[in-house]
Amino acid sequence: MPAPLLRLPDTALAPLMGQYDAALAARRRATLGGLAVFLLVLLVAAFVSEVHPERLFGNAGKFFDYIGRIFYLDDGRFAARDMGEWFWGLKRWLLKIGDTVLIAYLGTLIGALGAFAACFAASANLATSKGALFLMRRVLEFCRTVPELVFALIFVVAFGLGPVPGVLAIAIHTFGALGKLFAEVVENIDLKPVEGATSSGASRWQAIRYAVVPQVLSNFASYALLRFEINVRGAAVMGFVGAGGIGQDLIEAVRKFYYSDVSAILLLIIGTVMLIDLGAERLRHRLLSMEAAR
Amino acid sequence: MSPSPDFFTDRAEVAARHGALVNPPLMQRLPAVLVVAMVLGLAVLAMTRLEFSFARLGSGLVQLGTFLTLMVPPSPGGMAITFFKALGETVAIAVLGTTLAAVLAFPLGFLAARGVIGGAVLRFLTRRFSDSLRGVDTLIWALIWINVVGLGPFAGVLALITSDLGLFTKMFSEAIETADRKPSEGVVAAGGSRVHAIRFGLIPQVLPVFISQWLYMIESNTRSATIIGIVGAGGIGLHLAEMIRTYEWDRVAFIVLIVLATVALIDFLSTKIRLAVIGERAAA
Repeated sequence: MPAPLLRLPDTALAPLMGQYDAALAARRRATLGGLAVFLLVLLVAAFVSEVHPERLFGNAGKFFDYIGRIFYLDDGRFAARDMGEWFWGLKRWLLKIGDTVLIAYLGTLIGALGAFAACFAASANLATSKGALFLMRRVLEFCRTVPELVFALIFVVAFGLGPVPGVLAIAIHTFGALGKLFAEVVENIDLKPVEGATSSGASRWQAIRYAVVPQVLSNFASYALLRFEINVRGAAVMGFVGAGGIGQDLIEAVRKFYYSDVSAILLLIIGTVMLIDLGAERLRHRLLSMEAAR
Repeated sequence: MSPSPDFFTDRAEVAARHGALVNPPLMQRLPAVLVVAMVLGLAVLAMTRLEFSFARLGSGLVQLGTFLTLMVPPSPGGMAITFFKALGETVAIAVLGTTLAAVLAFPLGFLAARGVIGGAVLRFLTRRFSDSLRGVDTLIWALIWINVVGLGPFAGVLALITSDLGLFTKMFSEAIETADRKPSEGVVAAGGSRVHAIRFGLIPQVLPVFISQWLYMIESNTRSATIIGIVGAGGIGLHLAEMIRTYEWDRVAFIVLIVLATVALIDFLSTKIRLAVIGERAAA
């Protein structure tokens, strides 16, 4: 049998309960007030971005129509019935996807090398001066905040159509993103080896080479691989602004209503992205286990 | 104190004693050399295949230099009102798209998480659904939605919703799976139903995480929303692309600067809100 609950006499309980209710009500009021402000912001946002629910519901069918439509060939057959017809441009598309991966690769490599050179100046424990630290951090911030497609648009005008502006745009964005991550890795190192190297006469660069780099290299490589995965996705849309790769073919197929081409190219892109994600993840696990084994 | 000059006079002798450390045998260096060779080889292949040439890079850089000088000083050139309106539209797209995606992902996150509601089949379907939404870039979704609802910011909102729905579902389900089970068990032990266990045992734990992820995505989506304008899905991107294509470099610089300022402002605000929300939860 459960023991009877201990209860305060009602006269002592009443003020406590009152306080509890008041505290609860205050919290409710704060939450409701916040929600009201938030809903107001949302309504304004909906008004500004011209949201028309009736247009959506009127056209929602069209969305699914479209998704369905891209899986049918022009003569009305289901695309998978005739793979040769569906993937008629396979050779060209694969070449373009190869280009896309190469754009991502080269952009990642250039950006990562730049980030490697810059990260020691951008980390609080190894920077030579406060001014240089501040400046380097702002430069990195600028490079990663401006979307890479904006860089690509500008570079297309400067360097001409083709993959070169795409590579450079990705390189700059990667420089900004990896520079920050690399600097954070460097800030977390053990400083004793650096002290050891410096105390036996090493210069700043010798100390970095022999005391810092061995500590950070596997982490750097792992971050660079992660960035490469992201950049493959980014490179796939570079063609939208004329900066090379498969994006050019995709946007043409969408704009000119080559329905089955859209699905074929999309499937190729998704497949490639998945393959690269898998491969890069394996490599990264290997790198990290190498690190753990040391 | 700096090391004395004769500190390493016996360097040759030290090197002879520790030969394997000073000059490691080739076999030991081989993996590193091979990796570097492969990385560089692939880079050279990429450069030839992508038609890199120093002439082109050089002339491009000269052009870029000219553009940079033309960007100073940044000026709206009489279009400030248009630009700020478009910027407002961009922010509105980001806020609305992210929020609606988060709201829609809320139930899906529970379905995709192991051991909360629904069976393995439902979980599998939800996860594949979110994977395929995430596999397609926001910009591609924008193109598709333009075909459905026409040009304009509404297509942008829908594009953000579609791509973020997948992302939020994944992030939310991960937050749910890592939540502590004990509060839910406590609620059940005290006689609560499964719904009670989720409402009072699980949601108070995961809601602050959800909110901070949502706030972070608003910031990140402000940047994405800049881009989707380039394909015609509303916002400042359309003007930016137009100004670049017509060589109005002072206006380009102006637009880039106001976008950067806006992203910084949203970052600042979202940090404030996050602290307020999580602080309130922690204190409660």
